[in-house]
Amino acid sequence: MNTLDAKIPEGPLADKWANHKAKLRLVNPANRKKIDIIVVGTGLAGSSAASTLGELGYNVKVFCYQDSPRRAHSVAAQGGINAAKNYKNDNDSVYRLFYDMIKGGDFRAREANVYRAAEVSNLVIDHYTALGVPFARDYGGLIDNRSFGGVQVSRTFYAKGQTGQQCQIGAYSALSRQINNGTVTMYSRREMIDLVVVDGKARGIIARNLITGEIERHSAHAVVLATGGYGTIYYLSTLALNSNGSAAWKAYKKGACFANPSFVQIHPTSIPVLNDHQCKLTLMSESLRNDGRVWVPKQKGDTRKPTDIPEDERDYYLERRYPAFGNLVPRDVASRAAKERCDAGFGVGPTGLSVYLDFRDAINKKGRKTIEENYGNLFEMYEKIIGESPYETPMRIYPAGHYTMGGLWVDYNLMTTLPGLFAIGEANFSDHGANRLGASSLMQTSGDGYFILPYTISDYLADEIKTPKIQTNTPEFDEAEKAAQERINKLLSIKGTETATSFHKRLGKIMWDYCGMVRNEEGLKKALGLIDKLRDEFWKNLRVPGTGEELNQELEKAGRVADFMELAKLLVYDALNRKESCGAHFREESQTDNGETKRDDANFAYVAAWEFKGEGTEPQLHKESLTFDFVKLQQRSYK
Amino acid sequence: MIEIFNSSIGKKLIMSISGLFLMAFLLVHLGVNLMLLVGDGEAFNRAAHFMGTNPAIKIMEPLLAFGFIFHIIYGTYITLKNRQTRPVGYAKWSSNGVTSWSSRNMYILGGTVFIFLIIHIANFFWKMKFGEMPTITYNGEVMDDAYSLVAGLFTQYWWYDLLYVAGAILLGLHLSHGFWSAFQTVGWNGTQWIKRLEIAAYIYAILIAVGFSIIPLYFLIFK
Amino acid sequence: MNITLKIWRQKNAKSKGRFETYKLNNVATDMSFLEMLDYLNETLITQGQEPVAFEHDCREGICGSCGIYINGRPHGNERRTTTCELRMTQFEDGCTITVEPWRAAAFPVIKDLVVDRSAFDKIIAAGGYISTNAGAAQDANAIPVSKHNADLAFDTASCIGCGACVAACKNASAMLFVAAKIAHLAQFPQGRIEAAERAKKMIAKMDELGFGGCTNTRACEAECPKGISISTIAKLNREFISAKIKD
Repeated sequence: MNTLDAKIPEGPLADKWANHKAKLRLVNPANRKKIDIIVVGTGLAGSSAASTLGELGYNVKVFCYQDSPRRAHSVAAQGGINAAKNYKNDNDSVYRLFYDMIKGGDFRAREANVYRAAEVSNLVIDHYTALGVPFARDYGGLIDNRSFGGVQVSRTFYAKGQTGQQCQIGAYSALSRQINNGTVTMYSRREMIDLVVVDGKARGIIARNLITGEIERHSAHAVVLATGGYGTIYYLSTLALNSNGSAAWKAYKKGACFANPSFVQIHPTSIPVLNDHQCKLTLMSESLRNDGRVWVPKQKGDTRKPTDIPEDERDYYLERRYPAFGNLVPRDVASRAAKERCDAGFGVGPTGLSVYLDFRDAINKKGRKTIEENYGNLFEMYEKIIGESPYETPMRIYPAGHYTMGGLWVDYNLMTTLPGLFAIGEANFSDHGANRLGASSLMQTSGDGYFILPYTISDYLADEIKTPKIQTNTPEFDEAEKAAQERINKLLSIKGTETATSFHKRLGKIMWDYCGMVRNEEGLKKALGLIDKLRDEFWKNLRVPGTGEELNQELEKAGRVADFMELAKLLVYDALNRKESCGAHFREESQTDNGETKRDDANFAYVAAWEFKGEGTEPQLHKESLTFDFVKLQQRSYK
Repeated sequence: MIEIFNSSIGKKLIMSISGLFLMAFLLVHLGVNLMLLVGDGEAFNRAAHFMGTNPAIKIMEPLLAFGFIFHIIYGTYITLKNRQTRPVGYAKWSSNGVTSWSSRNMYILGGTVFIFLIIHIANFFWKMKFGEMPTITYNGEVMDDAYSLVAGLFTQYWWYDLLYVAGAILLGLHLSHGFWSAFQTVGWNGTQWIKRLEIAAYIYAILIAVGFSIIPLYFLIFK
Repeated sequence: MNITLKIWRQKNAKSKGRFETYKLNNVATDMSFLEMLDYLNETLITQGQEPVAFEHDCREGICGSCGIYINGRPHGNERRTTTCELRMTQFEDGCTITVEPWRAAAFPVIKDLVVDRSAFDKIIAAGGYISTNAGAAQDANAIPVSKHNADLAFDTASCIGCGACVAACKNASAMLFVAAKIAHLAQFPQGRIEAAERAKKMIAKMDELGFGGCTNTRACEAECPKGISISTIAKLNREFISAKIKD
């Protein structure tokens, strides 16, 4: 593979998608049922794609590792989903949503993709509403909106603090309907453990039945990965414990390029680390920053109770540093600002690694009832974990690994560099640049699944109508299954002394310390060595109890951690390569005088897509240069 | 329509409707019985005579029997079926502080009430209906002297009094759940109604339990 | 703190299970219940024993994966809490904790504390949706829905499908789960169109899958981590009975 062709359509920004759609080829309804499509993952991306493809009449097979498709990690998205409806009459528009996203992503996303995501956002809201998603409404019976970080309009649709859960249930219900109709076959409790490529095209997957341990072969004319992000590479993150990067990693090793792997969003408002047996960090929705004010004491090491610290001794540092956006600056900015204060010794809490998020003023102004209505369940969640009521005393929060903007490289049709392999939702890289704005992940992932992929995939499948059912008794499937089985055997046969969790923890620490919120060349180089060493140790001293022919959660974990050991290096390579700072990627060597990110557009206005070149060989970098024809590149400012 | 009774909700509906019917009957029954406390027995005898001769009541009698039979048979059927839903039980059980003992043990309560019912029928209903009854004449009108039958039983055997009090209490417990549960099953409930129905259930259950207990106690203590 | 755990161990669906007792020392009080089980498992693995299989994922009370019967109650002895939200501060030093899987014929045990809850998916697939294809919807604000109804819809839609209602019910009934979905979709005008069919299909599926009937003991609402009220069951009964009467 020599060049990356993003297949961006010609024409004015607002017409690109319409023009492109008009040219996309179709598959005749009679032919659709002869075509098999595999969808891996059942979050908003997977569920929406599978149900829509099922509605269109394709023969869809869906896989998830959970016991039910409803449990995919999209459920944990809290604050909301964006759309350019302009219901608030605050001069919002598709263009403004597009512009906010491009700017929020620090000009490292494709204009055409982002504009399209904004364009279909309204359809997504209409569809979810029709499916019965209980979006918050005002007293007139119409849908309410709230504002979110990084923007100056209110365009976020929400269902209390459970927007992801509610959208997921909507998407799951539509998927269930197709399962009932027989267009979609559901394979739950299956983990994809390899991708099968036949004659240069993605033609199937190898899956492990998590109950019986059986290795299964599944074939299709096209494979769609909707497998989410790889934020659990940090061990402690806001993600579900079983979220993993393995599917994307297998695809990478079979020929799909991995784009911008180091672009990882560190979410500013998570419940801080409490102790060392903690296995996850619980997110507190960004929507809280609508009403909560972030502060630390002005005095270093102030141990007074927060409620005892008088107003003039509080440093509302976000309002101080960014008067225009205040507490609603984008996530990357808010996270670094919190880290800066804590590193300087102003942090609060037992570890000094947290800042206050205070609702006192909002409660005084709007009343406790309003606050309760908007954030009740989040406050409850916080109180359960910390044991303090945010109504009485400010929350303590700290940044935590959250969302991965990086992912499999896809063209405008959402196809990876491997023909027949598509990636949607968080699993791809395309729409969020170097930083994702709040409430735009649900929007993008649903847009991909409902209104983009079903159109673009038919253009690929139009050439496949004559391809008969893909057989699974071919050498390619034999080989993939054998390799997968061998790896399982290898993991089981090490019989060392250390558990997969313990290795994961150690890897996470390396990544957090050297490839987390702040990065520099020295640290990154050090990390490469540390990861290699840890990986060697992993393959020598891992202990996985039990066998491969049963429900074996340790084996599942070990396989995922083994992939993370490899993916971690790619993150570091990418972070090393990108010597500029942009969005969530902050290279200490590239900052402004007052500590903000400093982009280097002359040298780094490109997507870094990495190609696997074999074990032990450095990956090859391909550059897709980003051109900005419709917006002016400028230093991102929220001051 | 009829196939509703094949469903789990339909079977519950039979319990609910027959239960509501039986609860209405209990109120009438209590009303008549409380006449025992008035005067020298004439009021009760006249009420009993009315109930025994009125054609409307005659029609209701077999219906009532059906009500009991349906309630008992379906109660048994549902209980047996529900028992199959958990082949392996829990080793430990703790109260959640919300469910009442009565609600969890309706079949046991119903069963004991059923045993009481058989004794009760043998004591009174059977004798009044098919046995030799003494008669009494009020203003030239001859009728069965049911009062002396009741008074005789309750004054001669103190343990019958206690048995009837126990029966009334068990019935009250059964009704404390059965009353609002019946409304819930037919769908007459909501976030507002749930409290009201619960209170109504307690009032009704206490009324029945106390009302029916007073009678044997009255005879035990005052006669 | 030091605790004793009495945990149900069962190799697979076919084998007979039994309780095993484990003494676990140095449990930190600020652990969550599942972190305590993680700690137990790490200890068991290093001792060369099989770890306890249990389901979990998000660990923040929203995915519905976790579900363990702890000391005689689903999700343990705290109201409106999932197992993963349960903290060890709830337990005393030296206590014995009995840990069992959900028990119901419709939820067979797969291994240890893991049960098969796919029956819930089958009930939803039978009719728990509004039949709208992608692309067919009109503007989201074209159909106003009163705030009251939207809030009611949200309250019932907050069901996470964990199965605690079934686990708690003496009849292993899935009525609260079904009712929550029926009540959720019935709040919307577009959801009313299929309301009667939905109630009939979902109840038929529920009965078919071996769940018991509801006897209104209210155990389900007491144990529901999302606080869904049994008044939704009354609503389901209304919907179902009126649907059947119209047949």
